[in-house]
Amino acid sequence: MTQALLVGTDCSECSHRAVDHAARWAKVVKLRLYVVHVIHWSPYTFNTPQENEERHIHKEEELQRAHSQIIDPIIEDLRSKGVDAVGVVRHGHPAETLRALANELDVSNIIIGREGQSLMKAKLFGSVTITLVQISDQPVTVVP
Amino acid sequence: MSIIKSGLALLGLFLSMPVFAQEGIDSQINEAIKPYADAVAGFIFSSFPIAGVATPFILIWLITGAIIFTFYFRFINFRGFKHGFELVRGDYSDPTAAGEVTHFQALATALSGTVGLGNIAGVAVAVSLGGPGATFWMILAGLLGMSSKFVECTLGVKYRNEYTDGTVSGGPMYYLSKGLAERSDKLKSLGKVLAVLFAIFCIGGSFGGGNMFQANQSFKQVVAVTGGDISWFADKGWLFGLVMAAAVGMVIIGGIQGIARVTSKIVPFMAVVYVTAGLVVIFSNIEAVPAAFAAIFHGAFSPEGIGGGVVGVLIQGIKRAAFSNEAGVGSAAIAHSAVRTNRPVTEGFVALYEPFIDTVIVCTITALVIIVTGTWDPSVDPSQGVALTSAAFESSISWFPWVLTLAVVLFAFSTMISWSYYGLKAWTYMFGDSIITDVVYKLLFLFFVVAGASMELGSVIDFSDAMIFAMAFPNMLGIYFLLPVVKKELNEYWAEYKAGKLQKFGKAANRA
Repeated sequence: MTQALLVGTDCSECSHRAVDHAARWAKVVKLRLYVVHVIHWSPYTFNTPQENEERHIHKEEELQRAHSQIIDPIIEDLRSKGVDAVGVVRHGHPAETLRALANELDVSNIIIGREGQSLMKAKLFGSVTITLVQISDQPVTVVP
Repeated sequence: MSIIKSGLALLGLFLSMPVFAQEGIDSQINEAIKPYADAVAGFIFSSFPIAGVATPFILIWLITGAIIFTFYFRFINFRGFKHGFELVRGDYSDPTAAGEVTHFQALATALSGTVGLGNIAGVAVAVSLGGPGATFWMILAGLLGMSSKFVECTLGVKYRNEYTDGTVSGGPMYYLSKGLAERSDKLKSLGKVLAVLFAIFCIGGSFGGGNMFQANQSFKQVVAVTGGDISWFADKGWLFGLVMAAAVGMVIIGGIQGIARVTSKIVPFMAVVYVTAGLVVIFSNIEAVPAAFAAIFHGAFSPEGIGGGVVGVLIQGIKRAAFSNEAGVGSAAIAHSAVRTNRPVTEGFVALYEPFIDTVIVCTITALVIIVTGTWDPSVDPSQGVALTSAAFESSISWFPWVLTLAVVLFAFSTMISWSYYGLKAWTYMFGDSIITDVVYKLLFLFFVVAGASMELGSVIDFSDAMIFAMAFPNMLGIYFLLPVVKKELNEYWAEYKAGKLQKFGKAANRA
């Protein structure tokens, strides 16, 4: 069984703690660690024709930015510490995309940070962490 | 090239504007453009008599095409309906390709270009001139128009240009020139001619129906809610036009996409508000609904007191349906071709929903509101357009005209943004892509915003109709040669679909 771990990151302080936690874990159990960043995107938005025409360029730019600013530095750091880390960037709804990726990549555990927002804000806008805990098919470790 | 000429005439007029006495500006603009507008309209609508009624050739052209496409693709408008929905929902969208333009987004963008004043003002004109029976023919034309959209949007995606930087550009210009050249050497030059003709008419359409008609009707509604003839705005169409032009200019020249983005989010919301209000009015007059349907069916086949009898009613219905959903006109193919798919025919299925939502749903609601509230009255001045629809809503929801005004202005604005894009695509096809050509087009576009707001409805509506319908001539003529191409794509795809060979993703995969 070649299972792996998956950690979600949005580059906030708390997700760095999640990445550190996941890295220690991955090193101990000698599993590959997927470091995932999801770019918020919905297939059901209303765009102008101009936006649609340029969408592909923007998508490429977004991917590149996510790699260069968020994922690549983390991967580099983790590899230097001897973790088998692989970066993944994808567009979509954060919680649903993490869930789908976990299944796709045959992951045994998902590690995610807590956004640390107020209860009110979480109620109003929803929380990626809470949603993921509710929909995930794998155990989810929430790092405070 | 009378469009260009009248554009230049307007340009001169615009620059010399300050010398006019203020109260005369509207009529000066009207008089300067009217002869050109009338000449263009006269040519496009050259008609011949059917059963004693002068029938515009272009309407026969549109409806004949829609009927032929419907039969040629064996009622694709009905059999592809369910699959179109599955595609819009994203059942076949690979999540690894997320972030690109989806079927839903392409459809939504195309719809925001078509759902607009044609659904509000145009339907009122149809019901005024053709009676309730025009609704029947309008719905029928909408259902048949779905087949036209299917073909043109499939072709739009198939023959679009994909540039090295990843941007895509498609539309009739490309499928007419590339598609016909692919068929045979003989057709190559015909394709080129049709593509250029289409581009010229599309530029005209972007100044007419996609612009002047919108500016004109939204201004009329603003005047109507602010007090009619005694309104402060009553003789200040040019001022309204300038404000509208400034807003459009900020987006298309200033590159302030934020405004367009905000509008593109509000417009669907306004559409929902409009449809909901329409349903409220219909349900609050529920006792009049059976009689309304009776009037629609009766009026469709044996109208009384309508000029031209059945043919007259039929013309009104088809004309307003075509003006509203633009099926066969080719405009939507430009918007739809931005979708990310490697199966062009999928966008054809999705495009079926455009005339359906636009005409079969939204236009029908407008027509029912006008009929059930009894606002329809053959003696009403047909040039009232949106004012008639407004009065119909007002009779049930007294404050609704204000909401309608906001909706009308926003619809007009978003339609202008869409059409400025369509027109620009045609313009750069003709004159090349450079900053100068780009700015020249956009300035002309803005002048027509001012002109449209200043002119009388009669000439505006004739010119608008003429240019938009003119696009259908080269577009559909070329499509006939490309039908086998679409048929091949469709048959291959449909066989895979029926055999369950198309990969589903996400929840849809689990359902299967």
